[in-house]
Amino acid sequence: MKRYTPLQILVHVAAWFPLARLVFEAFTGGLTANPIQHIEQRTGRAALTLLILALAVTPLNSLFGWSEPIKRRRALGLYAFMYAVIHVTAFADLDYGLAWGLVVQTIFEKPYILLGAASFLLLIPLAITSFDVWQARLKKRWKRLHMLIYLIAPMVILHYAWGKKGDFFRLSGDVTLPLAYAAAYLALMALRLPALRRAAASLRGRARHRLLKRRAIP
Amino acid sequence: MFRSNIPTSEITPKEVYLSRRDFMKAAAVTAAGALLAACAPRASGSDAPAPAVELTDTLTPLEDVTSYNNYYEFSGDKQAVGPLARNFHPRPWDVEVGGLVNNPKTYAVEDLLAKFPQEERVYRLRCVEAWSMVIPWTGFPLAKLLAEAQPASAARYVRFVSVLRPEEMPGQKSPFYQWPYQEGLRLDEAMNDLTLLATGLYGESLPNQNGAPIRLVVPWKYGFKSIKGIVKIELTDSQPETLWNTASPSEYGFYSNVNPNVPHPRWSQASERRIGEFARRPTLMFNGYEKEVAYLYEGMDLKLNY
Repeated sequence: MKRYTPLQILVHVAAWFPLARLVFEAFTGGLTANPIQHIEQRTGRAALTLLILALAVTPLNSLFGWSEPIKRRRALGLYAFMYAVIHVTAFADLDYGLAWGLVVQTIFEKPYILLGAASFLLLIPLAITSFDVWQARLKKRWKRLHMLIYLIAPMVILHYAWGKKGDFFRLSGDVTLPLAYAAAYLALMALRLPALRRAAASLRGRARHRLLKRRAIP
Repeated sequence: MFRSNIPTSEITPKEVYLSRRDFMKAAAVTAAGALLAACAPRASGSDAPAPAVELTDTLTPLEDVTSYNNYYEFSGDKQAVGPLARNFHPRPWDVEVGGLVNNPKTYAVEDLLAKFPQEERVYRLRCVEAWSMVIPWTGFPLAKLLAEAQPASAARYVRFVSVLRPEEMPGQKSPFYQWPYQEGLRLDEAMNDLTLLATGLYGESLPNQNGAPIRLVVPWKYGFKSIKGIVKIELTDSQPETLWNTASPSEYGFYSNVNPNVPHPRWSQASERRIGEFARRPTLMFNGYEKEVAYLYEGMDLKLNY
């Protein structure tokens, strides 16, 4: 039988948690007085959180030498896509009753929704090509294609920030959470800088060296 | 008639006012002014059992009214507001009325309750986020308080200021807002009979999360104009600053009248979701109070003065 690692279990349990919570709330009357908006907001935030976690995988490996998350990245990305699908479905179906004329009008009238829709469209090819077959077929181009996530993540953050009351760019209004996501994104991007990576690698090398020396003494 | 102590159990049950709805629909056919009558305050002092609803809209359940709150002083999370507001102390409470008035005075909120007869008013509340509720408020017209204060001839606007208590209102610790909350009305808007100082809802005193102990209700404007937890009412000669207008001038104008023809950059204002309903419904000009308030804006370009 296949053994699951703790991280693997954690990723899958945590990724299903927001959906399970929504289902639980649906049965216990906890979806607030405005359930559709609640579902839209919750699933949107879950998708963004999972995207950010997927972006944390590389630095965890390059800076701390922890490579197992790399194996979980696809799951993180696909779960993010799953929540994005629920989010968009809730918007088009629950919120606008599949009145496509109205949906399209709303998308083009509101810049923040346009940005969200564009992010979703860009996520689709990434989700489709996330499987081994496609990775093998696209070879080098696969990596380039999936670098799109560096663009999609800030688009989603901006979409989120614009959906809040206030003015994100003047840091006034309801900006705390969007700001936290933006900070996380910027930090994770900064941790990819080659200089940082090299410094971390040499630190790790020295630590290992010391460890080996200490072991060698007796 | 003092009406702030009616237990919820005495409020007309839903079935009863639903049938009244049908009755009123029929009445509307013969009485052209039915809508006006429906929105007008009930004459106080009548001995007949007071109807809880005069609007043809169904009341939003009390539970939704008290558990889904935009009150950023507590939290930006509407559901978190109720629990956080439990630590708030709405008494003792003073309201200072001053500025360009001949009779400035500070009132204890009990004095306001005793001095001005409390009326029940059922109003639609339209949030700028495109959801809406129907709420039975108790309170008194702001005009009565302003008449008592005697505005000076130079007074043109009314400025309202909310309480500042970061120790009880954790949202006020956020540096991204200019606390305390402030709002403003033009003096003629403030004098309109619809403009209410609410002290209760559903026949009980105002819950903390709804702006206890006293708040403004301006039913033809987006909800954020209806400032909560008022400590100061000041008459001025220049247009007062308002919190959301300061935060994002291009999105939240001073007037902020409900207007389906002026889209907000981020929310559709053409339609709204009535809390408790599934499908969207069209948003009405001035939130359906056009007859009562349209005169205030005659000759004004409401696209510019959004």
